[in-house]
Amino acid sequence: MKARQKRLAFVALAVLGVGAASALALTALKSNISYFFSPSQVIANEAPPDHVFRLGGLVTKGTLARQEDGLTIHFDVTDNAQTVKVAYTGILPDLFSEGSGVVAKGRLGPDGVFYADEVLAKHDEDYMPPEVASTLKTAHAEGVADAAAGINGASN
Amino acid sequence: MALNWFKFASPASFYPIAGRLVPVFWALTIVLLAVGLYWGFFETVDQLGGNNPQKEYYRIIFIHVPAAWMSMWLYVVLVGWAAIGLVFNTRLSFMMANAVAPTGAIFTFLALWTGAFWGRPSWGTYWDWDPRLTSELALFFLYIGYIALHSAIDDTRRADRAAGLLAIVGLVMVPVIFWSINCPDPNQCAALHQRSNLMRIEGNILFSMLVMTFAFWMYSFATGFMRLRSIILTREADSTWVQEILNKENRA
Repeated sequence: MKARQKRLAFVALAVLGVGAASALALTALKSNISYFFSPSQVIANEAPPDHVFRLGGLVTKGTLARQEDGLTIHFDVTDNAQTVKVAYTGILPDLFSEGSGVVAKGRLGPDGVFYADEVLAKHDEDYMPPEVASTLKTAHAEGVADAAAGINGASN
Repeated sequence: MALNWFKFASPASFYPIAGRLVPVFWALTIVLLAVGLYWGFFETVDQLGGNNPQKEYYRIIFIHVPAAWMSMWLYVVLVGWAAIGLVFNTRLSFMMANAVAPTGAIFTFLALWTGAFWGRPSWGTYWDWDPRLTSELALFFLYIGYIALHSAIDDTRRADRAAGLLAIVGLVMVPVIFWSINCPDPNQCAALHQRSNLMRIEGNILFSMLVMTFAFWMYSFATGFMRLRSIILTREADSTWVQEILNKENRA
């Protein structure tokens, strides 16, 4: 082997090793990174008790309730399987709304309510003007309705 | 006909080529920046809709996304030159890697900085230890580490090899940054940062974003070649062709 080929093999080996490390890191990320816990995980007691953690999910529609002090709000967070009640005192981010994604940081009380110190809003990857977005929504809704009608038609 | 690429690999012959290319890349940068910024400010909507009803501040996307893309791409370029340098022992490749690093670091910082100013109005926070944000911060430290390690070793050839090796090891971060939000199963992408999908961006917004990306890329070429020319002059200061250039400049 010439010196240049040796160095090429060395660099190729290094890149291969880095690739393997990257793959390992990615699999580790998949199983271990608990950036937030879903309501299902919280109900299954997978979230740490007496410890600050993040709860992530969707704000259930129709559950947002402002309390009498005018600052505290209650809402439900769902992953469409389980639901966790959340209480938060403070200012909500601009994009926070019912039906959108949310990440709340806080701890679980003994009463099963999640007391949040911080509430962050998640948004999706659509960058569309309002009129286009609403057309898409209607089209989507019609598609769903058509699909439902199709299923009904088949069962009939 | 076989073109001898190694002819351009000599610093002496690439120095004037880089000199001729610099103004071309500056011109392209200015034109693309003008088009991208005009389109981004005046031909795009003032407000988004759907599940992402952001107001004017969504326009940070025209700086943020191109800067983030360039931060990852320039790191791949840096590693590519470092690897070629390690294998073929070509001086110019290491100089290229050196010239790219500061621009890459600047774009990484720009991505993090604009991201913070975007996160505050949209998510409600400047910073959070989200997988995407954390891995991009690690990339910034890798650029800084590469530059610091290179300047810490006096012997240029040893500095080239040590820093080049560090850069190759750091390549591990690039796929991690990419897949931190683009993993196949959305349920496993537990992140604050939204996923990315070019198909779900409105045409005018996408156009401005892509034009700005090319503007940043041309800027990287322009500043990279300028930095490369001064690196060549510094490292080859003892050679006769550099002395001739200096004599000519002194006479003029």
